[in-house]
Amino acid sequence: MSGFAAFWRRYRRNRAAVAAAFVLILILAVAVAGPLLYPVDPFDMVGRPFQPPLQRFLLGTDVAGRDILAGLLHGARVSLFIGVLASVVATAIGVGIGALAGYYGGWIDNLLMRITEFFLTIPSFVLAVVLVAIFSPTVFSITFSIAIVSWPSVARLTRGEFIAHRDREYVLGARALGMPDREIILLQILPNALPPIIVVSSLMVATAILTESGLSFLGLSDPNVVSWGYMIGVARTVLRTAWWMAAIPGVMILITVLAINLVGEGLNDALNPRLRRR
Amino acid sequence: MSAILDVSGLTVDFVTAGGTLRAVNDLSFSIREGETVAIVGESGSGKSTAALSIMRLIPDPPGRLTAGRIMFDGEDLATTSEAALRGVRGQRIGMIFQDPMMALNPVYTVERQIGEVLRLHRGLSRREMQTEVVELLRLVGVPAPVERAKQFPHNLSGGMRQRVMIAMALACRPKLLIADEPTTALDVTVQAQVLALINDLKQRLGMAMLLITHDLGVVAETANRVIVMYAGRKVEEGSTTDIFDDPLHPYARGLLKAARWESQGGEDLWEIPGTVPSPLDLPPGCAFAPRCAEVVPRCRQEKPQLGKAAGREVRCFVAQEGRR
Repeated sequence: MSGFAAFWRRYRRNRAAVAAAFVLILILAVAVAGPLLYPVDPFDMVGRPFQPPLQRFLLGTDVAGRDILAGLLHGARVSLFIGVLASVVATAIGVGIGALAGYYGGWIDNLLMRITEFFLTIPSFVLAVVLVAIFSPTVFSITFSIAIVSWPSVARLTRGEFIAHRDREYVLGARALGMPDREIILLQILPNALPPIIVVSSLMVATAILTESGLSFLGLSDPNVVSWGYMIGVARTVLRTAWWMAAIPGVMILITVLAINLVGEGLNDALNPRLRRR
Repeated sequence: MSAILDVSGLTVDFVTAGGTLRAVNDLSFSIREGETVAIVGESGSGKSTAALSIMRLIPDPPGRLTAGRIMFDGEDLATTSEAALRGVRGQRIGMIFQDPMMALNPVYTVERQIGEVLRLHRGLSRREMQTEVVELLRLVGVPAPVERAKQFPHNLSGGMRQRVMIAMALACRPKLLIADEPTTALDVTVQAQVLALINDLKQRLGMAMLLITHDLGVVAETANRVIVMYAGRKVEEGSTTDIFDDPLHPYARGLLKAARWESQGGEDLWEIPGTVPSPLDLPPGCAFAPRCAEVVPRCRQEKPQLGKAAGREVRCFVAQEGRR
């Protein structure tokens, strides 16, 4: 496929993005295969609490004597799952609302943009806290809440792209051929508007992971699963005596978010039509 | 022959921050089967807006079809439903645009874009579609059509892209082709080829054509009848030979004189002084009066109506009174 080859040629020029992509693939592999290769239940009390790393257990044990390595591997699944799913849902909502607002304009645009601004004016983290508190924390309510606070930026971006494209001649051409609006939006404009949206929603995965960690840190995490944020939350009371307990999942979050951001920038370099001609 | 398109009293307004402007004002004309009618005029004369509003393609808002009937094949396109319009667009009326680079979607191959029309209106299967696309590309004179079908718009030259546009417009064998400045964005050498192609296809498929252009050379080669527009209004209509031999309206005369500079070797280029007035700020009398060389006092006070002069319609006091 020549489209992909051209994309890869442009993406490859950003070395940091290539490295980050490999790191990200590694983290994904860990999330998928880790719990299978290291089958220890992260909730099992396997030994004495507060064991430092590199002794009986590779990464030590936490305040309740649970294996930190097991938590890290299982937590990767949950953190990435929430991050990716929240981003996908937020992108779907944002693209839908932004596309309708941008394509139709007029009162539809006014209405949808006022709703979008309503969400933008509320500090997103506070709103997420409120939503999770209302729905009681489960993986799905957390994902849903993060998506609800994240879509407005995608909606605004999509709207802008659609406004830029809707008056282009190829759209007029499609209308002159008798194409219905639904197909013009989905088949004609959306493929052209997609590159910047892909960039933003890839970066949103990183923000979603951070938001999930923040929520967990405040105790708003699904009690049935381990996530990186939950592990930091558990360790925060013993930060001065057992700093590694918070630092280990913290570093994982740092590496993952950094890798996603670098990949996002690489995608931007490769997909952004305004930079393409450099 | 009967009229395939009969437009009467077409009026199009645009609502802007500065007020409502009338881009097309009470325009009436008809096109008979197989006939080519050209609308000529400067930028801002309303000719493109008129062409777009026939298929209700002007963006609404800000544009609005305020009045008029657009009878096509016994159906009033001005009042018919959006769903019925979609059956007309691309199927019974084809349209080609000025800039073939902009009018093709950059993310799809030629085959996909032409195929889209066939899918929309003729419900062809994938197999039939592929054969038909190659057939259409051959019809519009694209060399190596099988290979070209797999390419993207940016792989093609301007002339080839315009041929693809024409293939799309003709995919359903429309009865009427609306061509909005079909050769303006092309190289001069390619212009003649594309024009010859359009003329040839028009003959072979027996289409009527509405040609929008400011290029009088194109008009002379293609049109049976000419409508001259100025500031949203028709100022003269007649057969191509009549108007080229003896233009009655001073504006039509100015356009022709400006176009014929090459035959007058050595002189400076002729131009009509001034520019088209803003539709928000039209003079009280004839819209062309401030630029007209033959202006009489009455032109500045009263708006001239369309009237007969020398068997033609013309909107000019001087021409109607035969005082020139």
